[in-house]
Formats: sequence, C-alpha cells, structure tokens
Amino acid sequence: MFNGLVNGAFYALLSLGLAVIFGMLRIVNFMHGALYMLGAFAAFALGQLLGLGFWPSLILAPLLVGLLGVVLERGLLSRLYGLEPSYNLLLTFGLTLLTQDLVKQVMLSRFAVSSAPYSPPEVLSGVVNLGFVVFPKYRLFVIALSLVVCLVTWFVIEKTRVGAIIRASTENPVVTRAFGINVSGWVTGVFAVGAALAGLAGVLAAPIYSVEPYMGAELIITTFAVVVIGGMGSIMGSVVTGFAVGVLAAVGAAVYPPIANTLVFILMALVLLVRPSGLFGLPEGAR
Amino acid sequence: MNKTRTAILALTALLLAPAASAQSLSDGSIKVGVLTDLSGVYSELSGQGSVKAAQMAAEDFMKANRAYVGKVSVIGVDHQNKADVAGNKAAEMIDRQNVDLLVDMPTSSAALAATEVARQKKTVAMVVTGATTALTNEKCNKYTFHYAYDNYMLANGTGTAVTKRGGSSWYIIYPNYAFGQDLNRQMVSAVQENGGKLAAPSDATPFPNTDFSSYLLKAQSVRPKIFGTMQAGNDLVNVVKQYNEFGLKKQGIGLGIGLLFETDVAALGQDAFAGAIATVPWFWNFDARSRQWAGRFEKAFGKKPTWAQAGVYSATLQYLNAVARAKSDNSDAVIRALEGHSFDDFFARNATIRPQDHRVILDVQVVQVKGKSESKEAGDIYKRLNTIPAAKAFMPLSENKCRM
Repeated sequence: MFNGLVNGAFYALLSLGLAVIFGMLRIVNFMHGALYMLGAFAAFALGQLLGLGFWPSLILAPLLVGLLGVVLERGLLSRLYGLEPSYNLLLTFGLTLLTQDLVKQVMLSRFAVSSAPYSPPEVLSGVVNLGFVVFPKYRLFVIALSLVVCLVTWFVIEKTRVGAIIRASTENPVVTRAFGINVSGWVTGVFAVGAALAGLAGVLAAPIYSVEPYMGAELIITTFAVVVIGGMGSIMGSVVTGFAVGVLAAVGAAVYPPIANTLVFILMALVLLVRPSGLFGLPEGAR
Repeated sequence: MNKTRTAILALTALLLAPAASAQSLSDGSIKVGVLTDLSGVYSELSGQGSVKAAQMAAEDFMKANRAYVGKVSVIGVDHQNKADVAGNKAAEMIDRQNVDLLVDMPTSSAALAATEVARQKKTVAMVVTGATTALTNEKCNKYTFHYAYDNYMLANGTGTAVTKRGGSSWYIIYPNYAFGQDLNRQMVSAVQENGGKLAAPSDATPFPNTDFSSYLLKAQSVRPKIFGTMQAGNDLVNVVKQYNEFGLKKQGIGLGIGLLFETDVAALGQDAFAGAIATVPWFWNFDARSRQWAGRFEKAFGKKPTWAQAGVYSATLQYLNAVARAKSDNSDAVIRALEGHSFDDFFARNATIRPQDHRVILDVQVVQVKGKSESKEAGDIYKRLNTIPAAKAFMPLSENKCRM
C-alpha cells in the first residue's frame, strides 16, 4: 500500500539515526523519540514565536535538535562510556520522561494547548490524483525528501573519506587518535547528526500528526523493532526495513486492522529466529 | 420533675432543629473529592478546571446556606486514567480523607473502578466525564449517579441529526476498546433506525493510533455521505487533521463525530472541524445564564469552561443541595433526597434524576461547528441546530438493564 511509504519514511529516518548512533557509539538511545517530538515542537514554537514558516523550520529545527544532541553527548553520555550499556539506556529513558513533561508544561503555560495544529506549506497543501489513488501532495514530498536524506547519509558513511574517519574513530579510537584525528569530536558529531535526523523527522511529521508531548513515545518502540530487524547498526538495513515495515503495517491495517500494530513485532520475532543478527546485520564474529 | 426536664429539653431540641442539624453531619463538614485526570490526555477538558468548578460550587453553596451546614471543602486527586489507580485513590479518599462525594471521573474504565469502590464503602459518586452506559445499566448501583452525558445520548443525538439532514450512508471507524466499541454499536443503530445505511462495515482501529490514512483511503473508495469517527481526544484530532489533508470534505464526504470536546476544536482550529455535527450537554455561550456562569469561571480560572467542568459544578451543587434537603450527609439520606428530584440550573435544563437507574436526564444540544469567519468572539465555536428534550435524549427505561 502506497500510504505505508509515508510511515515508512518516518521509521527509516528515525531508525537511520538510531542505527548511526548505535553502530558508531554503541549507545542505545532511548531519547530518540523525544528528539523527534522536540523537532516537531521546535517547528511549532518557531512558527508561533518568530513567525517562521515551514521551510526555515525545516532547516532550523533539526539544527537546534542537533545542537541539543551535542550538549547531551558532551554533558552526560560521554561520562558513561566504558560503563555497561544499561547505564546509558536508563539515562536516556529518564531524560525522555523529563523532556515529555517539560514540553507539556511549556505548551500548557505558554501556548494554552497540549496538542497543537501545524499546517503544511501552501505549495504542498491539497491532493494530487495519481490515477490509482488521490493522495495529499505533502505526503509525497515527505517520501521523496526522506529517501534523499537516507541515501545521502548512507553514501557519506559508507563511501566517503569522512565516513572512513568516523568508522575508524569508533572501531579503534586509540589508533585513530595516533593519526592525529580528534576522535571525541567526531563522536560528538555523529551523535549530533543522529539527533538532527530525528529532529528532521519531527518537523516532517508536524503537518501530518498533531504536535503533542507524547508523539514520540509510541513511534520509538516500532523504530527499535525496525533497527533490530534491519540489523543493529546497519545503515542500509534500517532504511530498507523502515520503508518495508511502513508498507507492511499499512497492508496489515487494510486486511485485518487489529493486527497493524503487532505485525512489526511478529516480523521481528521471525527474523530473530532465522537470522539473530538481523536481515542486514553481520554476525557478531565478523565485526 | 425529671420528666418535665426531659420534655423541655426535647422541645428545645425541636425548636433548634435547623441550627442543630449541622451536628448531624458526620464530622461537622462535607468533603468533595474530585477524582480526575490532572496530568494526562483529559487534563485540559477536566483536570484542574474541574477542581476549580467544584470549589466554586462549594463556595456558592456555603454563601447560600450559612445557617445550617458546616464547612464544605474540595480536594482534587489524579487517577491518571487508570482503573487500578482510580480504585485505590477512591478508597484512600473515602477512608483516610473522609470524602462524602466523589465527582468527575473521566475515562470509562476508571469511572467503573471508582464507582465500585464507592458502592462498597457506601459513598455517593457522581460520574460527569466518564461515558459508558454500563454505569446506569449492568453496572448500576445505589450509590452511583451518572451526570451530563453518555454514549447512548451522543450516538442517538448525532446519528439521528446527521442522518435526517441527508447523511444517508455512513462509514464509521472506532478505537478498539470498551468506549469505542460501545459508541460504535450505539451509533450504527441510531443511523439505521433513522433510515440510514452503512456504506461499509465499521472498522476498529488500534488504540491509541496516530495514522488513519488507510481508513481515509478506504472512505475515498467506498464513498459514503458521512465519515463517522468515534475516536476521542488526541486520536480524534489526528483523524480530523488527516480527513482534511486527504481532502475528503472537498470530495463531498461529511464528518460525523461521536464525542467532541471544546478542547479538541481548540487543538486543531475551528476550520478543520467546520460543518461537523456533534451532540453536547452544554456549551458556554448557549444563553445568558450560561454566559454569566462561564464569565465567573473564566475570571477565576483564566480559561473558558468546557462542558465537563460546568457539569462538575452542577453535579457538586446538586449533591450539596440534597444534603441540605436531607439535613444530613448520610449517604442513604442524601440518595433519598436525590432520587426523583427535578431541577433546572444553568447547566442541566429540565433535569430529573431517574430513581430506577440514577441516570440524570437533561435537555441536550445538537451543534454544528462554525467556521472561523462565522465566529463572533473568541471561543464561539458552536451553532445550535436543535435541542433534544430530556425525555428523548437518553436511553429509555424500557431498554435499561439496571437492577438496583
């Protein structure tokens, strides 16, 4: 089903960020859903306070979220490297709860609503008749832009010198540092980019879903499932699986609605039985 | 000699009866417990505003009845929309804080849990914001009263009005839990009773859910006159947003809404809802009496009241008035004063408390959401289409399954 691609686009963008952060930094970032929500909230707030429209927000909001990513990584997460992964899991989970409630307070006190409207830009409002289906223009734009962003991210990490440095920094920090490369700087950068991707997904989601403090909470669970199916840390895996899961859920919803939300977890269980490292993941030993 | 003294004392007691009845309150005071959602999805439409409304009712009552009651106080407690929390909090409020009345209770499951506790502890509960008809049917009990609205009243009002105005074919979606299933059943039968039909069988959607595009695409292909949504709160906001995004209105598919709150319209903007028909027990600019109270509330709380908050005020005041009539806060005495009582206040018009099932029946309003350009002032969102008289608005006793 065609409209599944839209949700697929959000899954792909989010799981891409998660995969980048996990693949490079080994951080299970439970805050990703909150970052997505902050992206949407930033777009809404920029519009309300500064009168900025959709296009400036599309650039500015992810930058702001990325900046917050820098603060988070430098200020909190970097202190936990070397400890068990469950520490950063707990930290990011706690931060999520804190962020959600903070945003709720701000929305209620500053904007007098807890769920806010946000409209797509004029050029992209309305529908187009694709022959087989009448579809909102804005959703087509979301699919296209997400595809481009996913491909660019994949290309940078897998095919360029920058990508090589990043991979080296995380694979073997000591040796990389010996080459005169600022490893911790790159690590911070990677986290910021992952956060910005979540922020971008948030801005894109704002005109489709209502902007509310808990909008990331549900999505993040599915996104984690997508990352696991695709293979923890595999970039291509999370993009392909993201889109595929979106389509699958839409088909599921059309055929048998109650199963739509469960389908992804059934798929996850099946994949883990057959290929424990995920569809695109490498077996543990090969890393 | 002793006999004379006793007689004189008895006579004095009789003469002083009105003043002395303050002592007949169990602990010299009445305590109202507003059991509500102070932090979650329903906190805007009830929450702190409901607590404020109950406080206003308490103050008004104390001013009007200075002669014979003790102090009325109000506490607000958060039940987080969870049945288990609601049950625990209800028990705690009654046992430890000596609450005499539980009021509000959004979320059907939470309302059912709390009223069950109130029944065991013989405390009066007035459900204002919970919607399920079970409260006055299979789950009815002597201590529970259902105020303001329920699923039958919503479906009956909106299904009838929309179908009679030309909405002859429907495609309905509903959230897949008790409230949604119940509301869908009631809506389907209201549509069919008025000569309408279903263009496709209703679909259950996951709850909660953010993306409704599959159902909207289905609506495009089955082409009903009316797309009916039984979603509530944030899910409703998402459905309506996407209904507009997919351009269904332009394709001639109208919108029928099961449960609509003022806060939903505020969240999405009036124009997104414009033309949609819903049934409400009350709205703030209904008439001069309503506006007058709403003005007081806005001054005290900073926002216009929702009908849930106005309902909490009305229910609290009616309970307190019953305490005054009964001259006691003993639950059984208050219930005797409530049963069969007819009244009319700014919120509940032509209201009667049915003794058979404790359903409080009142006139309800079928409204249509105005476009922004039709609004005369901030918050002017509803155009009244017609009033359904109390006797016709709620489930008739002949269909009622209550065994009290």
